[in-house]
Amino acid sequence: MNPLGNFTTPSGFWNPILWLLVFLILLLLAYLIWKRGEESYKRGTMQTDPFLSGYGPESKEAIHVRAGNIYWGFTRALKGYYSFLRKIHTGIINDYVGWYIGILALMLLLYLLWGGS
Amino acid sequence: MSWEYLVNHSPALIIIVPLLAAFGTPLIGRFSRKAMYIWIIASLTLTEIIAIIILHTVYISGKPMVYVMGANPYNMAVPPDSGGIPIRIIFTVDAFSSFMAFVASTVALAGGIYSISCEAQQSAQEKYYALLLLMLVGMLGMVLTGDLFNFFVFLEINSLASAALVSYRIDKGLAVEAAFKYAIISSIGALAFLFGIGILYGEYDALNMAMIASRMKFTDLDKIVMALFTVTLGMKAGAIPMHYWVPDGYGKAPGAISAMLVTASQASLYGLFRVSFTVFGLAANTATLGWFIIMLGVLSMFVGVTMALIQHDIKRLMAYHAISQTGYMLLGVGVGLATLGTAAFNQYGLAAMEGGIFHIINHAMYKGLLFLTAGAVIYRVGTSDLNKMGGLAHTMKYTTIFFMIGALSIAGIPPFNGFASKLLIYESVYQFNPVLSILAMIVSILTLASFVKVFHSAFMGPKIHDVKEVPKSMLIGMAILTFFIILFGLFPNIALNYLVAPAAKALANPLGYIARVLGGGA
Repeated sequence: MNPLGNFTTPSGFWNPILWLLVFLILLLLAYLIWKRGEESYKRGTMQTDPFLSGYGPESKEAIHVRAGNIYWGFTRALKGYYSFLRKIHTGIINDYVGWYIGILALMLLLYLLWGGS
Repeated sequence: MSWEYLVNHSPALIIIVPLLAAFGTPLIGRFSRKAMYIWIIASLTLTEIIAIIILHTVYISGKPMVYVMGANPYNMAVPPDSGGIPIRIIFTVDAFSSFMAFVASTVALAGGIYSISCEAQQSAQEKYYALLLLMLVGMLGMVLTGDLFNFFVFLEINSLASAALVSYRIDKGLAVEAAFKYAIISSIGALAFLFGIGILYGEYDALNMAMIASRMKFTDLDKIVMALFTVTLGMKAGAIPMHYWVPDGYGKAPGAISAMLVTASQASLYGLFRVSFTVFGLAANTATLGWFIIMLGVLSMFVGVTMALIQHDIKRLMAYHAISQTGYMLLGVGVGLATLGTAAFNQYGLAAMEGGIFHIINHAMYKGLLFLTAGAVIYRVGTSDLNKMGGLAHTMKYTTIFFMIGALSIAGIPPFNGFASKLLIYESVYQFNPVLSILAMIVSILTLASFVKVFHSAFMGPKIHDVKEVPKSMLIGMAILTFFIILFGLFPNIALNYLVAPAAKALANPLGYIARVLGGGA
């Protein structure tokens, strides 16, 4: 077994060391391109402030997007799906046991019908 | 004590060491806290070393180790006057068992070291560490035993210790409520499991898995037992729709315990795979059983990740991801079971099983790491609410790096370990059913999206909390798991050849397991 060798999969192979080498070369290229950029750029000056039609930028604390607002569109689009999921996650232990018993009954039926000889 | 003696008795020693350490901890803790920490870390390290010895021994011999408690010689499973029946408590340690023992002891070691600083301000630490060690004993016993009743006993040890540890922080009663729910559902599941054992004992006069498998007639009673076993162990592993205890339990447990709960669930997953392949595999319709496991896997993957996306409590979010990742393991091994005994097994079924089993160790490492990073964040910020976090990367640089590694790994981004196991699952499952494989890839994308949300909310943005990096012992705990993530990511062949492939082959060979025990064990 060669630890540096190819990791064989059912349809091909994967070589993480080769991938890492390519990634490092790309990183180097990106760095070289970045080095050729605008030299007059100065961090922390007016150059880096966002332009909001003449209004002053809000404080960073005020514009930080909180976790509750991230993927709002995604959850809104799947409103029906999520309302069902929220409904079944009651937090009540009786329901937890109910689901367990229900699946047990279902599997009992399936195994009795198609479980084998 | 000679090396050979140590190797021969290693299956017993791996239980004895943490068990004695658990009972010794409260005593030593009464005299010196520092001595107690040394005692705990020494015992966890010794357990890890024994796990590696077992792993190496089973790999070299290529066949299961049989250890009989109280027998002389130690491996005499079937004494001459027993009428061909294996008696006493028998540990049957094949490559899959030793693989699981290594996973459990590694995460426990990382969790133990991490806890020293993380729980330093808490009261009743002796009880915490005693329970942590008992939890490890439960996991190790579950994965090493060859006896069903013994499995039940260790399952109970594991569940009771876990429930007590979930309630450790109390957290205005919320942690106690989570532990109560976990204890109730675990007890009902354990009773159902015990009922199944009783039926098998009544039918076959045996509790040994190999003996039962060799006598299995697969009557309607056995089908009832199969449902009791698979559904109970599926529930304990956190499969949807029996997962409700997982976000409660994982969410309220201390960080290190959440990481260990992952391996505790995996010990139940081991039980599910063990009974499916070894006890029922030769007689049951493995296609039906395989499809049941696949459906549990698909539901767990998809519902788990979509529920994770809407969480704003960091621990609950990660708990839903744990459910989702368990789905990958169920999917991979389920495909192996569904194709067992057909030509497709050699084409892609075995590779799917390897992917599923590889994902067990990968998941234990990266999910363990992620829970430790979540614990580190809560340790400093004092809340688990992502809405109240931000900018932690400014000051908690190492924790941020560890989180990034864990997050990229769970999302299956190369070159981390999650990618290697997911690649095996995608490719092999695609040949079984392309829809399932595509669904698994979509789940990976949603996983990445979810962890981008955590990364942005907790670590990016302006500095909201004036906090510093966590203490060294917590960083060491995280570093241990990170080491394996990088090792198995950059050199997946090491994991595949030494750990995963032997485990998959052992699981798919119930005849070898049965013959080893009933052949006398020598």
